[in-house]
Amino acid sequence: MSVATRRARILRGTGYYTAAFVTLVFVATPILFALLGGFKDNQQLRENALGLPSPWNVSNYTQVLASDTFWRQVFSSVFIAFVTTFIVVACSAMVAFVFARFAFRGRELLFTLFAAGMMFPFAVAVLPLFIILRSFELLNSPLGVILPQAAFGLPLTIIILRTFFRSIPGEVEEAATIDGAGPWLFFTRILLPMSRPVLATVSVLALVGSWNSFLLPLVVLQKPTWWTLPLGVTQFSGQYASDTARVLAFVMLAMLPALIFYAFAERHLISGLTSGGTKG
Amino acid sequence: MGGRGVTLKASPPASPAVGRPDADAGMRPRRRPGRPGAGTLATFIVPGLVLFLLFVLLPVLFAGYVAFFRWNGLGGVPTDFIGFDNFRTLIGDEVFLGDLWRIGIIVVLSIVVQLPIAFGLAMLLHQRFPGRTAFRLLFFMPYILTEAVTAVLFGLIFSPRRGFADSLLAGLGIDAQIGWLSDRSIVLFVVFGILTWKFFGFHMVLFLAGRQNIPDELYEAAAIDGATGAQAFRRITLPLMGPTVRIIVFLSVIGTVQLFDLVYVLTGGGPFHASETLAITMFEQGFQRNQIGYASALSIAMFIVSLVFALIYQRYVLSRDLQGSITTAGGVR
Repeated sequence: MSVATRRARILRGTGYYTAAFVTLVFVATPILFALLGGFKDNQQLRENALGLPSPWNVSNYTQVLASDTFWRQVFSSVFIAFVTTFIVVACSAMVAFVFARFAFRGRELLFTLFAAGMMFPFAVAVLPLFIILRSFELLNSPLGVILPQAAFGLPLTIIILRTFFRSIPGEVEEAATIDGAGPWLFFTRILLPMSRPVLATVSVLALVGSWNSFLLPLVVLQKPTWWTLPLGVTQFSGQYASDTARVLAFVMLAMLPALIFYAFAERHLISGLTSGGTKG
Repeated sequence: MGGRGVTLKASPPASPAVGRPDADAGMRPRRRPGRPGAGTLATFIVPGLVLFLLFVLLPVLFAGYVAFFRWNGLGGVPTDFIGFDNFRTLIGDEVFLGDLWRIGIIVVLSIVVQLPIAFGLAMLLHQRFPGRTAFRLLFFMPYILTEAVTAVLFGLIFSPRRGFADSLLAGLGIDAQIGWLSDRSIVLFVVFGILTWKFFGFHMVLFLAGRQNIPDELYEAAAIDGATGAQAFRRITLPLMGPTVRIIVFLSVIGTVQLFDLVYVLTGGGPFHASETLAITMFEQGFQRNQIGYASALSIAMFIVSLVFALIYQRYVLSRDLQGSITTAGGVR
């Protein structure tokens, strides 16, 4: 190996790192601003915007963590996300099972109907949805958020699950049938346990979608009782507009669950979130 | 594997007259014990179907209906039928036309600035070097954050009262008071910058997946034939990334048409509609001014814009992918 190619390799390596680090600074700066800003007070934020906090001031974080509102919003977000996920995955799995394993008249038509749901942007439906939910008396109820979210999650979940269910060999089903298992038993005892990876993927999609959802809760939850974190953060930032440090602490704490989840389940999260992009 | 499937498929149709083994015509009288009847199938489908009909199809159809009325949303159902008037108003509505114009600007900026950056970083992170996994994880991170929360954070960063962005510039020796979110001529670019921050990692991961799907053999063959790295990139990587690029452009356009959370929390569409999106206009008309009919017309317009784009794009751009990718792959000598 000549000196020239070695030098070229080192040069290229330096180039890689430079580009990667420049991007990293771009990505990390806003988040570090929130994290560190939460440890400053407002005077420090004005006079020492770029430096580390001195002294480190934990009162912003502790005040948010000590407030009932914050925890209630965390609970609402978690509750709505989990119930939404359960409903959308359960309903989709049953529908996808039938689409994948049985032939009957009108199957393709029905599947196309569900798949067509992918074409409707959620914002198109939000106004009539509001009117419908109002007449069902579901405004200000978590169900008013959960049911439409689950419904809009159906198309993609069904498409992903159907593809996977189809790939399970017919012999498995034959064997179960011979052993006397009906469709319910086959579905709950064999198909679902075999599908754990893809169920994890679609659950992640549903969880993240619900966790981040804003427009629907904004419209449905007019009273603060069931406010989710995104609503809470926007409301808090308006209420404490002059107390930037405290808003930053709230913002950081609101981002934290997603960041922790990401740190532990990044593989599922990335493959789940991008599967919508590649399969849809 | 394949052999087993064939024998199984071959056994059920006893008579050659039955074409598809799955077609149940002619084999009605209980082909297999335990084959579920219509009732069982229905119990599986009904919960999902009811949910879908009530909360997806019904609202969308309802929007299509209400768009032809003047209605303030009160009193059961709309009664004041006005035909296409809402749509006529829409075509002359400067805010609506501005929304379309701003979608165009953001789409063009995305294609010219954001997607090339994401593409370049994907190529970079495809190389093996220590730490690349960590970089990939960190670059994807903004995508997992809630849009509304991100918007609050950037609202403080670009705050008019000497926000963090101003302090950063001051730290670099530039002492300018820039109205990041209050100046009509730059607010859209600030929004675009934040969108880039939030979404480039997502696009990068999609590009990366596309790049990893290109078989290494192609590059080995090219290297044996004496191709340089740059030639391999131009003749193999670029053409074979085509389908991925086209899908990402598609996703990014559809996403832009539906943009709401981030901009609504950040600017509310202002100042003077300078950062307004279709969804924000619809939201304002419907929920703040109670022009339910007109807002419905707006949502139908939003649907039509996405649909027309999707159809045209699929017809003229995505349709090439099936043949295109194979022929270009075959074309690499």
